[in-house]
Amino acid sequence: MVNNNIQPESKFKLWLTKEGSAYGFLSGYALMFIVFIVVPVLVAGLLSFTLFDTIQLPKFIGLKNYVTLLTQDDIFMKYVLPNTIEFAVIVGPGGYILSFMLAWMLAQLPKLPRTIMALILYSPSMTSGVAMSVVWLTIFSGDQNGYLNSLMLNYNLIQEPIQWLQSPQYLMPIMIIVTLWSSMGVGFLAMLAGILEINPEMYEAGSLDGISNRFQEIIYITIPSMRPQMLFGAVMAIVATFQAGAIGVTLSGANPTPQYAGQLIVNHIEDYGFLRYEMGYAAAVSVVLLLMVLLFARVANNLFGSNE
Amino acid sequence: MSIFKPKRHSGIHYSGINPKGYHPSQLKFYVILLPLALFMLLPMAFIFSHAFKPPDELFAYPPRFFVINPTFKNFIDLFSKMSGSGVPVSRYLFNSIIITGVTIAASIVVSSTAAYALSKKRFKLKKALFAINTVALMFVPIAVTIPRFLIIQKLGLMDTFWVHVLPALAMPVGLFLIKQFIDGIPDEVIEAARIDGANDLFIYFQIILPMIKPAIATIAILTFQATWNNADTSSLFINDESLKTFAFYLTTLTSTSAGANAVAGQGIAAAASLITFLPNLIIFIFLQSQVMSTMSHSGLK
Repeated sequence: MVNNNIQPESKFKLWLTKEGSAYGFLSGYALMFIVFIVVPVLVAGLLSFTLFDTIQLPKFIGLKNYVTLLTQDDIFMKYVLPNTIEFAVIVGPGGYILSFMLAWMLAQLPKLPRTIMALILYSPSMTSGVAMSVVWLTIFSGDQNGYLNSLMLNYNLIQEPIQWLQSPQYLMPIMIIVTLWSSMGVGFLAMLAGILEINPEMYEAGSLDGISNRFQEIIYITIPSMRPQMLFGAVMAIVATFQAGAIGVTLSGANPTPQYAGQLIVNHIEDYGFLRYEMGYAAAVSVVLLLMVLLFARVANNLFGSNE
Repeated sequence: MSIFKPKRHSGIHYSGINPKGYHPSQLKFYVILLPLALFMLLPMAFIFSHAFKPPDELFAYPPRFFVINPTFKNFIDLFSKMSGSGVPVSRYLFNSIIITGVTIAASIVVSSTAAYALSKKRFKLKKALFAINTVALMFVPIAVTIPRFLIIQKLGLMDTFWVHVLPALAMPVGLFLIKQFIDGIPDEVIEAARIDGANDLFIYFQIILPMIKPAIATIAILTFQATWNNADTSSLFINDESLKTFAFYLTTLTSTSAGANAVAGQGIAAAASLITFLPNLIIFIFLQSQVMSTMSHSGLK
């Protein structure tokens, strides 16, 4: 900070010596945060009120995109929205409850077996769905050589091979299973750490207060003692759920997915943005997605937030 | 520990959290957890097994889960292969290694400096800025792919090395975890150093950094996972084939094998998947205790 022509009394200098270094330390992160998170969100908000095909300049059209989305986009209303809600409700809270139950059970084991099993449960979430797609594509392959088909043919459960990933009725359940499989992520680790941190005296005090079974113990001691980790885990579960939206396209190999069976809101954005170049409309769908995330987070916050 | 104190295990109530050893009451958890863990392990076991299968086992009917005569043929085929546009596979791997290394280093610097400021410095906007970052924990990058695309285009970052690195640095969960961890360092330590005349850089390098190694390790892992497995950046922002990543190359293998040559590319794709997956696992095994100690500070109030 070499600057020769400032007066010693200058307010700026005073501020600089007092708070300048804090902002200096923040600057690198802040710059990336603004450029790649804040600005994109603002741009999405602005573009959602425009007609924009990437060639001509965006044209302001007010709420028309939102009106179209709610009243005329049959695919959105008939497939995308129900699919997204089904997927999000099962994978989000489902994966979250599963994470908690597994973490709770793991916490009752000695260190070595606990660490090994936590590692096994966590490892699917280390790698993206894309990296594992070869596994799913082989297991659910539609010919008789697919592992699942071969197994079921062998036991006479089915008479002929099923096109698992191309059949509208199977695609969604497979997407849910695959995503649940990889849902024990950072939030799971946080909850496990949270359970292990709880002071054992809490449980003793609880038993003196008349808590008689493990279920009551979870409800009255474990969860309240680790609310912060529960909330962190919930937020991570929500983000992971919506971030996993591409899985249907990866599995079926097509956007749109067969008869829109696995079409989630993320795929709808991509469909309009990168396949049809209706960027304004895609931005409106993005805004709806961000609002959905906030809504889910709101619910989690009401359940586990600190200000009752 | 006095021997007169009743042992926890013999008390009126035994909550088996974090036990020291085996106890029959744990059996019921093993009964549930072991089969589940094995089930969760199946896809990973499959990748291992599949990657080492010789062609006749890959195409065998009925298909067999485990390999019988393991071979490195798939790996040799993978590395002697050229991508469609004539870029050798080793080039993608090289790109991934460099990109991941640079991103991890940059992410540690950027997140830990910012976390230090948000935790230990006093300034007006401190609370507000941390609150904004906490809201951003809910940020779903995939939702704003399009505006990001437009911004990256405007900034001239398309087809550059930096487009792999810079967006990954804005990682709210990374900043959040390090900040929470630094909060655990008592203010007195820093005050004492300041009275001794230490400036901010000295405090950051000599006091903070050595004390937050677990948090640093955690950020390194999270950044590693986000970058090493990232195929989207290459497919959206990079046209130059020689700048794309290994994870991207993997997606080209599986997407073509979904179509016409469903089985032919399987072995190679499995080998590539294994190469993508293994470093994740190895790094996590080495750093897991650090990650767990960071996670106990992870609470969101």
